[in-house]
Amino acid sequence: MSLREVLRSCGVSRREFLQYCTAVSATLALPQTFAPQIAEALENEDGRPSVIWMEFQSCSGDSEAILRSGRPKIGEIVLDVLSVDYMEVIMAASGHLAEEAKEQAMEKNMGKYLLVIEGAIPVNDDGVYCCVAGDTAINHLKKAAAGAAAVIAVGNCASFGGIPAGHPNPTGAKGVQDIVSGKPVVNLPGCPCNADNITALVVHYLVFGDLPAVDRHLRPKFAYGKRIHDNCERRGHFDAGQYVDAWGDDAHKKGWCLYKMGCKGPETFHNCPTIRFNDGLSWPVMAGHGCVGCAEPGFMDTMAPFYGRLPNIPGFGVESQATKIGVKLAGAVAAVFAVHGILNMIRNKGMVKKVEAEHLDHDKTEEGGK
Amino acid sequence: MSDRIVVDPITRIEGHLRIEAKVENGVITNAFSSGTMFRGIEKILQGRDPRDAWYITQRFCGVCTTVHAIASIRAVENALDIHVPYNAELMRNIIMGSQCVQDHVIHFYHLHALDWVDITSALQADPAKTAQLQQSVSDWKYSSEDYFKSVKDKLTAFVNTGKLGPFANAYWGHSAYKLPPEANLMAAAHYLQALEIQKEIIKIHAVLGSKNPHPQTFLVGGMALPIDPNSQNALNADRIAMIKEYNNIAKEFVEKVYIPDVLAVAPFYLDWAGIGAGHKNYMSYGEYPETNKGYPNDMWIPSGIIMGGDLSNIMEVDQSKIAEDTAHSWYVDKDAKHPYEGATEKRYTGPKPPYQFLEVEKDYSYVKSPRYNGVPMEVGPLARVLVAYAKGHKEIKPVVDSVLAKLGAGPEALFSTLGRTAARAIETLVIVNRVDKWINDLTENVRAGDYTTHAGEKWEPVTWPKTAQGYGWHEAPRGALGHWIVIEDGKIKNYQAVVPSTWNAGPMDKGDIHGPYEQSLIGTPIADPNKPLEILRTIHSFDPCLACAVHLTDEKGIEITKVQVL
Repeated sequence: MSLREVLRSCGVSRREFLQYCTAVSATLALPQTFAPQIAEALENEDGRPSVIWMEFQSCSGDSEAILRSGRPKIGEIVLDVLSVDYMEVIMAASGHLAEEAKEQAMEKNMGKYLLVIEGAIPVNDDGVYCCVAGDTAINHLKKAAAGAAAVIAVGNCASFGGIPAGHPNPTGAKGVQDIVSGKPVVNLPGCPCNADNITALVVHYLVFGDLPAVDRHLRPKFAYGKRIHDNCERRGHFDAGQYVDAWGDDAHKKGWCLYKMGCKGPETFHNCPTIRFNDGLSWPVMAGHGCVGCAEPGFMDTMAPFYGRLPNIPGFGVESQATKIGVKLAGAVAAVFAVHGILNMIRNKGMVKKVEAEHLDHDKTEEGGK
Repeated sequence: MSDRIVVDPITRIEGHLRIEAKVENGVITNAFSSGTMFRGIEKILQGRDPRDAWYITQRFCGVCTTVHAIASIRAVENALDIHVPYNAELMRNIIMGSQCVQDHVIHFYHLHALDWVDITSALQADPAKTAQLQQSVSDWKYSSEDYFKSVKDKLTAFVNTGKLGPFANAYWGHSAYKLPPEANLMAAAHYLQALEIQKEIIKIHAVLGSKNPHPQTFLVGGMALPIDPNSQNALNADRIAMIKEYNNIAKEFVEKVYIPDVLAVAPFYLDWAGIGAGHKNYMSYGEYPETNKGYPNDMWIPSGIIMGGDLSNIMEVDQSKIAEDTAHSWYVDKDAKHPYEGATEKRYTGPKPPYQFLEVEKDYSYVKSPRYNGVPMEVGPLARVLVAYAKGHKEIKPVVDSVLAKLGAGPEALFSTLGRTAARAIETLVIVNRVDKWINDLTENVRAGDYTTHAGEKWEPVTWPKTAQGYGWHEAPRGALGHWIVIEDGKIKNYQAVVPSTWNAGPMDKGDIHGPYEQSLIGTPIADPNKPLEILRTIHSFDPCLACAVHLTDEKGIEITKVQVL
């Protein structure tokens, strides 16, 4: 049964469907003229692709995020467009029957299914810190990845280790890319990741028959290609030197820049300001709280403390220097904390340096491309 | 005949839960509950800025998002003696209340319903009769024959694709499913409607807190969303109207669909009012401070303890009587300790994976076993509703009486699997109405000229004492939640959380007394050991949240000094 028939039987009009495709093309950073092509790809899809969604050291936040997915009336349809053959949070089957369903789906769609991983994978002590159905996360992942067309890591934990990998990383939590080899891996970090980016990725896969271009952290460029700071609705206030100095002050009420309140937008690459969350309603800065950098590798250690202020850097607001601020942030924050005598808050200094170096490279690449 | 049943993974929950049960002559004679995932977030918290703790602890769980954020900021505020502005308390109430409502709706329709509703049977339903059934239970807008025909057609088309996705391989056709096809079709329609409704309800969090799951709006001392009726970057009349509208959507759904569904389904499963009671000890911390005195004063839902199902004697909660036992948990230290002294080194001694069975006579879970005065306590909506009912709560008691009257049962029927599910629905109804009141109270307070949302005088760590300690409690959707924090030199020295699913999901204690999940399973009839649907019913009635339940680590055993109890 084609998608067109499924949609018709669900009472979704052609117009509503095309609206959805237009929205998806926007998320994918494609011109709107791609909407018909997206529609065609979805409609011509000869049967729903199988998705195996596995959770390891997770909080289920990404599963919940996908449950909030959707342009009006279509989130559910998108779930129907896929064949979600294993997803613990919603699946009806339990126990060995659930595992059986997974194995059947994997066998039937060998080499073709999309494997979605949520949560980190603990490797210490032979992986005993996360067992499902009597076996370790690491074994489950390796087995499932072997037959997958691609592996999608949703959320920061599956991408980079995330929360459980925070210092001192008691269980040896790692991201998918550190475990899986020989398969394409795409990271969709965020805490949780934005559901619109998951659907956009899947649509991209269906439309173009391939995975999207990714950056050095394996994040799709359509969603992680720009710095939050560069797309922020409060950027004008940053450029004008208008900052919030205290929670609830006049500047805060007026929606001025949250940089001094610890906002990590200048060193975070994500499309939050443009696609926002919950059907495009809001995002952290819009609701008055700074970005904490949850889409970046090394989060949380490179971003904590979340309210750490930056010093006043002369020349703020000059476009060419905004890039440098992103580069300097980690180092600058460290300097401030040293003054406060809590330098050890940034425990993983190696990671800070790594991120800093990568940002430098990234900026060079970007500039080179101009 | 004796069978050992393993259900792992228990799906339609948060986290990784495994149940092993011994079945003799069709009845469960012993049961073991195991949490099989461990992250060690409390260890990760040590040395960090206490103002960051809410963000990190919120990641204990993404299903009951917000709840650990609330407990955490309360703990820090308690330690530093910070008094939160009235507006911030009301915004928190609205966020907590809408979390509870949305979480309960998702639980009933998407996590629990399929234990009672056979989706495949819906394919046999007569749409005309289903429409009559719907119209007889409420005046909900989706009630026409055409509507139910379209749902039935959709399900049929879905099944005909041969790809059942999340509905594959379940216990369909099990003899314990009792609903007629029309009730199954009605419930299936509501399952799909609730998928849409839940994401609308929770937009309250997006408006007040940027996003859901994991709103990013909490601050030690208040909230990050400023209030200014004359700004487009703050809470203004327009945004208040939005949250009111989302709550109206929730209210209509709860009143016209959720409650009628529970009342329509329950009569087919009244035997479950006599199954799954467990220990009948219940505890509630109380919630929703309603006056400008702030938390923990003037709470709308009362605190209290019920022992052995005795509703005539409600005891006050004394937090010094809480201790965590680890006799059967994968930790080195085996002494039961108060959370302030909680210090446990993880030590996995279970079988080497892959394994078939856990060694239940030894250690078998990463979950600890909290005890109150040495005995296990059940926490959650049933505990809250029973305590409130026994105290004659103005809003809750009449709803409980009306539900019991409709089911022709007495209060003792609530001590059961069905009772948990009914209490959750009852609570949803009273809270969704109360959220409306809090939105009105917030509006009134803003109208009176109070725009304050944050108490900032103690924001900077330089204003803090060298050492401070405190605790924060919250009645989360799944029950009594507590965070304990010790701050030294502006950093977290120790952090402990005792969460609802730890109370409920814990293994046996040192006296081999079972935890609430385990105890409530013992005595449950099992029709088919290969399809233990009955285990899911009782376990899901607790609404497990295992990522929450397992969160402890402290490899070195940090010493906690005696903490002042407020």
